[in-house]
Amino acid sequence: MTRKRRRLYLVLGGLATLGVVSGLTLFALSDNINVFYSPTELHADGVRDGVRVRIGGLVENGSLVRESDGKTIAFRVTDGKTAVDVDYSGVIPDLFREGQGVMVEGKLARDGTFHAESVLAKHDEKYMPREVADALKKTGHWQETAAPVAVGAKE
Amino acid sequence: MIVELGHFALVLALFTSLAQAGLPLWGASRRHLGLMEAGRGAAFASFALVAFAFAALINAYVTSDFSVLNVAENSHTDKPLLYQFTGVWGNHEGSMLLWVFILTLFGAAVAWFGDNLPPALRARVLAVQGMIGSGFLLFILLTSNPFLRQVPEPANGQGLNPILQDPGLAFHPPMLYLGYVGFSVAFSFAVAALIEGRVDAAWARWVRPWTLAAWCALTIGIAMGSWWAYYTLGWGGWWFWDPVENASLMPWLAGTALLHSAIVVEKRDALKSWTVLLAIITFSLSLVGTFLVRSGVLTSVHAFAVDPMRGTFILLLLLVAVGGSLTLYAVRAPALKGGGLFAPISREGALVLNNLLLSCAAATVFLGTLYPLFLDAVGGPKVSVGYPFFNRTFAPLMVPLLLAVAVGPLLAWKRGDLLGALQRLWVAFAAALAVILVGLYATSGGPVLAVLAFGLAAWVAVGTLTEWAERLRLFRASAHDSWRRARGLPRASWGMSCAHLGLAVAVCGFAGSAFEQERIDVMQPGSSLAIAGFTLAFQGMEEEQGPNYSADRGNFILRRDGATVAVMHPEKRFFPLQQMPTSKTAIHTNLLADFYLALGDPDGKGGWTVRAYWKPLVPLIWIGAVVMAFGGLLSLSDRRWRVGAAARARRAAPIAAPVGE
Repeated sequence: MTRKRRRLYLVLGGLATLGVVSGLTLFALSDNINVFYSPTELHADGVRDGVRVRIGGLVENGSLVRESDGKTIAFRVTDGKTAVDVDYSGVIPDLFREGQGVMVEGKLARDGTFHAESVLAKHDEKYMPREVADALKKTGHWQETAAPVAVGAKE
Repeated sequence: MIVELGHFALVLALFTSLAQAGLPLWGASRRHLGLMEAGRGAAFASFALVAFAFAALINAYVTSDFSVLNVAENSHTDKPLLYQFTGVWGNHEGSMLLWVFILTLFGAAVAWFGDNLPPALRARVLAVQGMIGSGFLLFILLTSNPFLRQVPEPANGQGLNPILQDPGLAFHPPMLYLGYVGFSVAFSFAVAALIEGRVDAAWARWVRPWTLAAWCALTIGIAMGSWWAYYTLGWGGWWFWDPVENASLMPWLAGTALLHSAIVVEKRDALKSWTVLLAIITFSLSLVGTFLVRSGVLTSVHAFAVDPMRGTFILLLLLVAVGGSLTLYAVRAPALKGGGLFAPISREGALVLNNLLLSCAAATVFLGTLYPLFLDAVGGPKVSVGYPFFNRTFAPLMVPLLLAVAVGPLLAWKRGDLLGALQRLWVAFAAALAVILVGLYATSGGPVLAVLAFGLAAWVAVGTLTEWAERLRLFRASAHDSWRRARGLPRASWGMSCAHLGLAVAVCGFAGSAFEQERIDVMQPGSSLAIAGFTLAFQGMEEEQGPNYSADRGNFILRRDGATVAVMHPEKRFFPLQQMPTSKTAIHTNLLADFYLALGDPDGKGGWTVRAYWKPLVPLIWIGAVVMAFGGLLSLSDRRWRVGAAARARRAAPIAAPVGE
């Protein structure tokens, strides 16, 4: 085998791998991009049910209902203008409280309830997820706070 | 006063770093030995000055000097001494100082251990290190100065984020930085080689130990971070494909590839141009990681504060370092002549495959991590890339890699015999098949992919042992002969076997998590729950007072078949200063499986939400990582790094240093 041909094989092999990887990547990416919405945008944009998205805002005061099994909760996420009903079953983060910032990931059901698959609560008094902060700024419900930091929990 | 001295030392360090960046480079081009030697002195001086500045900051923390803004914002007198100390790098400014401290440490180490390097190469390597150091020192002094004072001095500080008040903070960031920053040496060597236009086997010999050292540290650093997240977040996950984790995984993947491609340069004088590129990419990914974590573009527990100026500055540093080195590469790489030829089926070919798969894996992680940022930057919608993306792209790339790990070492250099290698691997194949069949039978209806992963792990482990046994001619030669061969086997070879075995162990751990069991329930004192053959009895809660928190401490007894296995005390802690609750999990481990217990919220009627997990094989993830890093250290202790390199250096000397010594 000549030097040129060897190099050709090497390059072809590399390109083939790269092709397979790109295909895999694009395929996986098309399924797993979760767009962030504020509750207002969620209503306005007409998000189809069954599409995985993230929504963020404040946990509405007085809306939290805890089931007795210790893992199922229902609450409303609000941006001050619109609120969305959310239900969730799984690990509830330490910092999940009414009146606090929250980000949930999941799917909108046909009846307008949001089935959350994971809940991210903000990390301490000072911090809030960036998307939530931006959404609250848009609706004018923003109070000056510092950096966005969040810890998460999943089902 | 000490604080001002520290500040002053940091400013001086900027100037010694600038000298380190300029003088030796000038000296190397003018072939002036004195100027080249100045680089060493400058590297030692930079290290001493930054070390002094770092010590000054530590002193300010330990003595709780709240007139220093950084201390006031991140420390508190009630905080235990350990956290007053580790809190130094539990914030943006301090962690950047740690970063630069480690960078200058590596610079000084190159100057110290670099006796066997040709003077011109050493000078250029030190110069590039000096450039990186200057950039980051400037960054600290202009945007992230930890020594700023404030008047009036507050009565007490604001304390450290409770999540960071954990012994993990003492080890995870320094180890991670040793890895991140350690790759800067490989980068400097690559840039120096491009300036000289010369890469040869000797160059690879000098680069490889530095890469190995950085890789070991990064492996341990990532494993510690994963373990910390595992025991602290309270739901037992150990990898989240969080952008910050990905930021450390990308340089690890590229560094692992570099480790392997440098072998080809050393042994066969091939893949030179690619290895140089990989060295540049690896450190560039470390810089990208630093940018992601430190600029505040990401939402994460690691992003301490957002200041647009900082992000811009790091981005600028990134552009200069990556753009500059890649431009240099584009100009000079064609001059690097390829060396040894090899057939596609050969040891070299296997290492190329390793590189291909690892770089592709790094690329997919890179894409998934930066895509949301990119989309946001061009004004697109705010998105996040979910973890299934990473599982679906990363795992398929790891399967062929694991298959190849067992085969590669059995192939000969230059032209290998694939069929022969596969024949010698029949034991490994049989073992993998047996594991899969037994696994499928024992877990019928269970996760099939996990069982296949166990088979892969068996393939890698037995394949590695086969290669090792062949080298010792075990069972074929006399025991005495094998023993003699074992003693003669180079440490690097032991290191490789050990690291590959560690990989197999870690794969078992990853796959084992598919078999975990979970119970989330509200428990009343006196009640018990059953999980995975265990009975967990809840005795009750007691209140406890920590140094800077109060805690509800649970008393649980874990029993199996009536016999007590462990007494467990998970806690719910409350930090009044930050008004923040945290969970302290309780883990009972026998190193093969964990019983994991975390407290949720009280139900207000005396009951508590309890989360209990049975996690088989999960400890193997971290044990595997430690075994891998140990393999790296074994390889690092190989005497050829010290003996062989010096011999070649003398041969290379006439070209590199025509100046009389």
